[in-house]
Amino acid sequence: MSETVSKQDVMHIATLARLQFDDETAERFKNDLNNILGYIDKLNELNTDNIEPTSHALDVYTVTRPDKAAASLSNEDALKNSASTENGCFRVPKVIE
Amino acid sequence: MLGKNLKQLSEALNKKEISSAELTQFYLDRIAKYDGEIRAYNYVNPNVLDQAKAVDAKRAKGEALPAYAGIPMALKDLIIQKDMPATCSSRILEGFVPPFQGTAAGLLEDAGFLCLGKLSMDEFAMGSSNETAYYKQTRNPWDTAKVPGGSSGGSAASVAAGLTTFALGSDTGGSIRQPASLCGIVGMKPTYGRVSRFGLIAFASSLDQIGPMTSSIYDNAAVLSVIGRYDKKDSTCFNTPEADYTKYLTGDVKGMKIGVPKEYFAEGITQEVRDAVNGAIKAYEAMGCEIVEISMPHTEYAVATYYILATAEASSNLGRYDGIRFGYRAEADNLKDMYYKTRSEGFGDEVKRRIMLGTYVLSAGYYDAYYIKAQKVRTLIKQDFVQAFEKVDAIICPTSPTTAFKAGEKMNDPLQMYLSDINTISLNLYGGCGLSMPCGFDKDGMPIGVQLLGKYFDEGRLYNLAYAYEQQAKLPVMPEKLK
Amino acid sequence: MMSYEPVIGLEVHVQMSTDSKIFCTCSNKFGSDPNTNVCPVCLGMPGVLPVLNEKVVDFTVKAGLALNCQIRNKSVFARKNYFYPDLPKAYQISQYELPICEHGHIDIELEDGTTKRIGITRIHIEEDAGKLNHEADASLVDLNRTGTPLMEIVSEPDLRSAEEAKAYLQKLKTILEYVEVSDCNMEEGSMRCDANVSIRPDSNAPFGTRAEIKNVNSFRNVERAIKYEQKRQEKVLKEGGKIVQETRLFNADTGVTASMRGKEDAHDYRYFPDPDLVPVVLENKFIDDIKAWMPELPDAKRERFMKEYALSAIDAEFLVSVKAYAEYFESAVKAHNNPKGICNWIMGELMRRLNEKQCAINEAGIAPENLAEVVKLIDEGKISGNIAKQVFDESAETGRKPANIVAEKGLVQNSNEDELEAIVKQVLEANPAEAERYKNGEQKLQGFFMGQIMKASKGKANPGVVAPLLKKLTS
Repeated sequence: MSETVSKQDVMHIATLARLQFDDETAERFKNDLNNILGYIDKLNELNTDNIEPTSHALDVYTVTRPDKAAASLSNEDALKNSASTENGCFRVPKVIE
Repeated sequence: MLGKNLKQLSEALNKKEISSAELTQFYLDRIAKYDGEIRAYNYVNPNVLDQAKAVDAKRAKGEALPAYAGIPMALKDLIIQKDMPATCSSRILEGFVPPFQGTAAGLLEDAGFLCLGKLSMDEFAMGSSNETAYYKQTRNPWDTAKVPGGSSGGSAASVAAGLTTFALGSDTGGSIRQPASLCGIVGMKPTYGRVSRFGLIAFASSLDQIGPMTSSIYDNAAVLSVIGRYDKKDSTCFNTPEADYTKYLTGDVKGMKIGVPKEYFAEGITQEVRDAVNGAIKAYEAMGCEIVEISMPHTEYAVATYYILATAEASSNLGRYDGIRFGYRAEADNLKDMYYKTRSEGFGDEVKRRIMLGTYVLSAGYYDAYYIKAQKVRTLIKQDFVQAFEKVDAIICPTSPTTAFKAGEKMNDPLQMYLSDINTISLNLYGGCGLSMPCGFDKDGMPIGVQLLGKYFDEGRLYNLAYAYEQQAKLPVMPEKLK
Repeated sequence: MMSYEPVIGLEVHVQMSTDSKIFCTCSNKFGSDPNTNVCPVCLGMPGVLPVLNEKVVDFTVKAGLALNCQIRNKSVFARKNYFYPDLPKAYQISQYELPICEHGHIDIELEDGTTKRIGITRIHIEEDAGKLNHEADASLVDLNRTGTPLMEIVSEPDLRSAEEAKAYLQKLKTILEYVEVSDCNMEEGSMRCDANVSIRPDSNAPFGTRAEIKNVNSFRNVERAIKYEQKRQEKVLKEGGKIVQETRLFNADTGVTASMRGKEDAHDYRYFPDPDLVPVVLENKFIDDIKAWMPELPDAKRERFMKEYALSAIDAEFLVSVKAYAEYFESAVKAHNNPKGICNWIMGELMRRLNEKQCAINEAGIAPENLAEVVKLIDEGKISGNIAKQVFDESAETGRKPANIVAEKGLVQNSNEDELEAIVKQVLEANPAEAERYKNGEQKLQGFFMGQIMKASKGKANPGVVAPLLKKLTS
């Protein structure tokens, strides 16, 4: 089967998704993805030139709510699920680019 | 207490033939006795007995109580119940306790139901065997060497094993119907937009839907009547009038047209499954239904379409698991490492595989070729259904191509696992309603399920069709050994 | 020496002044304690869903019409996916392929008095992100701002100088204030600007490679950042280098732009339609209703002021530059019909007071009717210009009517020749040496005597009457 996705592609996609793999796992994922993408190629049997894409099952439009503020969570409830907080904020390790 | 439907339980409670505490203790005892082997519960609510006693106290004082006051039930562990852990069977949600109430759980609570606990599932609902669960890989009550199906495997198994009165599951590509089929119970995927998704932890937002998993058609209809309400917190929820679906259960199905799509009986469907489903079709014919052969030509493209759309949405939906505000966080001395480590350690392989696929099909240069293409094929698949429902009232077919398989059998071949959803996936792409119910057993005594598919918001008709069959087939819904 | 022409396009993010956030019911107010205006929805907790605030659509359509845009009957929300701690869901809900407004323009006034039309490519709706405060070994995340409704207004690359860019921004701010969709406070961050800057050898050359300058948060800094970037790019080209397409951050302290490296996925946001939100479909009736609501906009108002009140272009431009000024002016003119006089007093004393007090026009303490009354008292010859300033200040401090202040304090101008002659005589006698020098032609002493006479009359002497008397008594 032709290789749609290279190992380098796997690494690039992993970066976009903030995942990292060791060499062996990357190889395995590459094979899995190529298998699935090979199967997905089936869709190219269909001519879809004049077909509208579907985003939603049902045609529902313009659902809005009134501009009315209501109570928020307490700071305590907002933070209580976080692994690390400080001064009412979520704490994260330093940002290095 | 097993074998009583919700109406009968409610009457027994009202007549004080049984107390809520007794009923709750009955299920807690069964969980203690059987769940070590079945492994359905991620979490058992430590307060449920006290809550039951409080209901009994109110009942004793003669206070007005909601219809189902004091009846325990359980939720798939991606349905938010305020102040109760919600893990999606994933390490990445370790320790997460939502400080808010989900709509479905809130409606059940308003109707008086008590939450026994949270049920295992495939991690983030990604799987068809419950084997991708991080905490507990649920087994099939009919044969614990076998899988219960998935992703709502814990929900199906807990109902089949009598570890709850009923459970809620969720269905993105068959995750209610397939495990219902493999565990021999009733599972309904309602029309997309029928049940609010507020409080449903998202896998694929345009396909996900919560639905009831029960041991009878009556219970299923009763539960959907409670949770199938319009909700302003979900923009995709459809504003339809409230309905009591139990009113549809007349058993009179004479003259209804049922379509048999040949594509749903394709290769890969075992002979035993074919025979059992054909038996159900014959039963409908005998009840006066008109059986019509139909064709849904784009069925073979559904799995491919689904795995593009569902993974694309999932790759985005699962971005929020970054270790910052909730759930698992890996230690790291800079932010970048924290992201990579948290997500790599927190997600299992199947979830990663789908995030990778979804990220790939949305990435620059591939969006049109994969994502837009799949959205267009989705349109064709929808049209198949629309055209079919111009001819027939409902569609009948096997739910799963096979009965429950042995644990570990398909885990090494993701594509084969995906193909086991071949008969359930199209319906989610269309958005209509679909139900699986037992229609027989294979030679090993494993349940076989038959699926009824309906058009948008036609749950009432499906329930009546299913009820008519259930009443005459009278199949056991629980293994004898667990009674 | 070769000179280059800059080509500039601006992307302006404007926070809308709604009560609640764009997709949840948290308060949209500024300046609360960290993470107190947050809920499961804007925290991006598992299981939550967004529901669009109707006012956000309303406001964006108002802005779109005010900026001469076409309003799309159908627009769609999309997810822009990237990871950063200020973005809880790891995607920003925005609009991509089908924004709500497109193909607009505004006219800006250039220094030479001509106007120039600047194209508006699109306006789309999106949600704001939170804030990150960097500390030595960690960063703290405050998500109060997450979900504040934003409109992003993208201009065509039609601007050709930092000054034009500033004029464009100011015009934008004026118009958005007119339609009441934002307070456009750059210092508080309710209006933020990214500038796409490139340079080219002459106005016929194709566009050069552009840099995107982020984090520009005042009108002055827009000018500074663009000028710096222009010079930097010129230097690179003159040294034989190439401009790299990149994002650069402006530092207001140093006035320098610096490259933001390391955002490796900055250019692959994997946009796709948000399945949790449905398309926004606007009926023509909805758009027509907003059209009917639209107030008179600055350009039309300026033309009318020039015609109706015979104001100069400069005066009219000043008054319409802030909607509240124009409204104040018209209320004052209604009370006393001297447009030019009232305009002068607004531009002079009232602005001085606003600067002093650092307050808005409606907080200055002086109602338009009272300012009009001050001008009226001058026009009727009842008070002098100097007394008028005193009356104005007092009215502003106490809120009392100027006429009452004048009457009570006896500040009415004195035009009685006999009384004034006595005062003039008295002053001349008290200053014999100066009087002698003045008589001998030292004209510059006139100011000294006028001052002394005003002082002696407690400021009430009518200068028009005093001047000829002084001349008469010293000749």
